[in-house]
Amino acid sequence: MRRFDTAKLAVAVFIASEAVFFAFLIIAYIYYSGATVTGPNAANSLDPARTLVFTVCLLASSGTMWMAERRLASAQATAFRVWLGATILLGTAFMAGQALEYAGLISRTVVPERNLFAATFFTLTGFHGFHVVCGLVALIALFIMAFVRSFGRSEISGVAAISMYWHFVDAVWIFIFSLIYLTVWL
Amino acid sequence: MSDVPIAPGLIEGTAAHPALQSRRLEWVTTVDHKRIGLMYLFATLIFFVVGGLEALLMRLQLAWPGNTFLSPDAYNQVFTMHGTTMIFLVVVPLLLGLANYFTPLMIGARDMALPRLNAFSFWVFVFGGILLYLSFLSGHAPDAGWFSYTPLSGKAFSTRSGVDYWALSLLGIGAGTIATAINLIVTIVNLRTNGMTFRRLPLFVWMVFVNSFLIIAALPALNASLAMLLIDRQLNAHFFNELGGGDPVLWQHYFWSFGHPEVYIMVLPAFGIISEVVPVFSRKPIFGYGFVAASTVAIALLSLGVWAHHMFVVGLGHPWDYTFGASSLLIAVPTGVKIFNWIATMWGGSIRLTTSMLFALAFLFSFTIGGLTGVTFAAFPLDWQTTDSYYVVAHMHYVLFGGTLFAVMAGIYYWFPKMSGRMLSESWGRLHFWLMFVGFHLTFFVQHILGLDGMPRRVYTYPDRPGWAVMNMISTIGAFVLGLSVVVLLANIAGSLRSGPIAGDNPWNAWTLEWATTSPPPEHNFDLVPPVRGRRPLWDLAHPERSQV
Ligand SMILES: [Cu+2]
Repeated sequence: MRRFDTAKLAVAVFIASEAVFFAFLIIAYIYYSGATVTGPNAANSLDPARTLVFTVCLLASSGTMWMAERRLASAQATAFRVWLGATILLGTAFMAGQALEYAGLISRTVVPERNLFAATFFTLTGFHGFHVVCGLVALIALFIMAFVRSFGRSEISGVAAISMYWHFVDAVWIFIFSLIYLTVWL
Repeated sequence: MSDVPIAPGLIEGTAAHPALQSRRLEWVTTVDHKRIGLMYLFATLIFFVVGGLEALLMRLQLAWPGNTFLSPDAYNQVFTMHGTTMIFLVVVPLLLGLANYFTPLMIGARDMALPRLNAFSFWVFVFGGILLYLSFLSGHAPDAGWFSYTPLSGKAFSTRSGVDYWALSLLGIGAGTIATAINLIVTIVNLRTNGMTFRRLPLFVWMVFVNSFLIIAALPALNASLAMLLIDRQLNAHFFNELGGGDPVLWQHYFWSFGHPEVYIMVLPAFGIISEVVPVFSRKPIFGYGFVAASTVAIALLSLGVWAHHMFVVGLGHPWDYTFGASSLLIAVPTGVKIFNWIATMWGGSIRLTTSMLFALAFLFSFTIGGLTGVTFAAFPLDWQTTDSYYVVAHMHYVLFGGTLFAVMAGIYYWFPKMSGRMLSESWGRLHFWLMFVGFHLTFFVQHILGLDGMPRRVYTYPDRPGWAVMNMISTIGAFVLGLSVVVLLANIAGSLRSGPIAGDNPWNAWTLEWATTSPPPEHNFDLVPPVRGRRPLWDLAHPERSQV
């Protein structure tokens, strides 16, 4: 008796555990947000406007992923590859944005040992970035597979599972962006 | 089961020594849940012997006051490694190994839902364990205790790399444990055979199922804490360092958010084993199946909200102390329900005192004592008196050794015939049982008294106060009796693997599906899964006219 799609169910449970993991990092950020009195903080070190641009990239990549899945469902192989490729490009753009941001911060010696803002900021956004990179690796693997073989039922459920993970990583970023960057504008 | 076809060549002991027959490479590359389960059992057995030897080193040092057998520094490393080993490399993976072997069999499945992920989990665990022990080669094992409190575990006070090995190794093992939990959940949801509804699920599988959700909820908290600790130590951040504005108490909150549920992660599958063994050897169905399953869910939910009972001496303030004291008392209710269920199952049954059943009875006796001393900690003024004393050591071992490990022993004697095709010797088993039972209570009972008299734990020696030398000597003698009991167990396993009586499919006349196939089962588990119309499919098969739910 098969009751759910195995890949999707496994990723759903995995996402639940990842949500707990991020919850603890987010709580640490909030807990220490009042503790930083001197040195770098979100207001004097971050550039919310620029990060917003890259945030839009990541959100758009959820949209393109959704399109890719729909094209796959209607067996439009070329369109599927195009949307999947777009998802990879948008995700890479987001990571480039984060790399740029990190480089700028580190050049101004905003590093984890400076104070608790820096430590919690790098921990939270760093682990998020790591999850985006893992997602990108999976997407690139799919992209290569899309050229070398035709997708059957198991590949389609694999795409659905990776897509779930990708949407989750985006959702976590919306939360992080609101918590760290949007509050600067309040 | 005569009406279940048997694969030729599998019954006459030809498959009794799979470990000896197969090439090693086949074991390394296997994705078969049974082989992975056996490798879990084998690896945890090795770690159990190592962790046990560490315990004996400690007991030798504590045999008499003022002993100089171990230096204070060595003692700190040994107690840290003993605790970490027993929890992360023995009890949890041992239960996961049994879950791995028996969950698919008990639900009539061919394998786990994600066999390759399963192999990944196992190898991550093995390499995590090896990484932990490599710390000795770096010159210094971790020595900040199994819960590595900050600031002691921070860079300022643990300058050597032991704590880094500790954190990295547990991170890897934690990731593997989460992967196994995902696998078990998907397996139990998706691969149950026709008719195996959640109301008919064997209770062991029920507990494994609930336990997997507890792992999903709790282990990420450990991983997040370990990541933060490593960032503190490697990148000089100040999460837990008050000099940089950090908060060492946050470590305690985070660690115990994982650490208390971990206690139940180590105990729920053991409850599951008892819930299988007691009915079979009482020849009665479990009393109150629904209560046993529901109280497991209640325990799992409650266990997420009691962590600060490990922190009563921190000074959280009375409102918090009352809250966590009350929630901790509450958890005794569903646990007590289970004890009554098991006793009621035995009541009026025709009890067969096999070694497995003896261990189940020993579990009931010892775990009840451990549970009761646990309740005394929930009354936080008592906790203030007894915390960090040998009373805690006694309590914890009554739960984890007298509880979980006795249950696992019941499970080993019960399932060994299925896994190996041969019976363990009952007379050696009885010797093993009595040595272990007596050794256990000798070792740990006096520690209650020592603790109440104020002997602190985790200190390498003690003054010659009235009675302390005698009680510590009793405890040390008990520990060596325990060591001897493990030797008897190993001898029994080795001897029975070679020349134990052939078990047959169902030596105990049990009722769950794992007994409907050969011992050991073929790689595909079942040639034919019997129909499931109730909670005891093999009983229904034998009594078609009296089928019941
Ligand atoms: Cu606890």
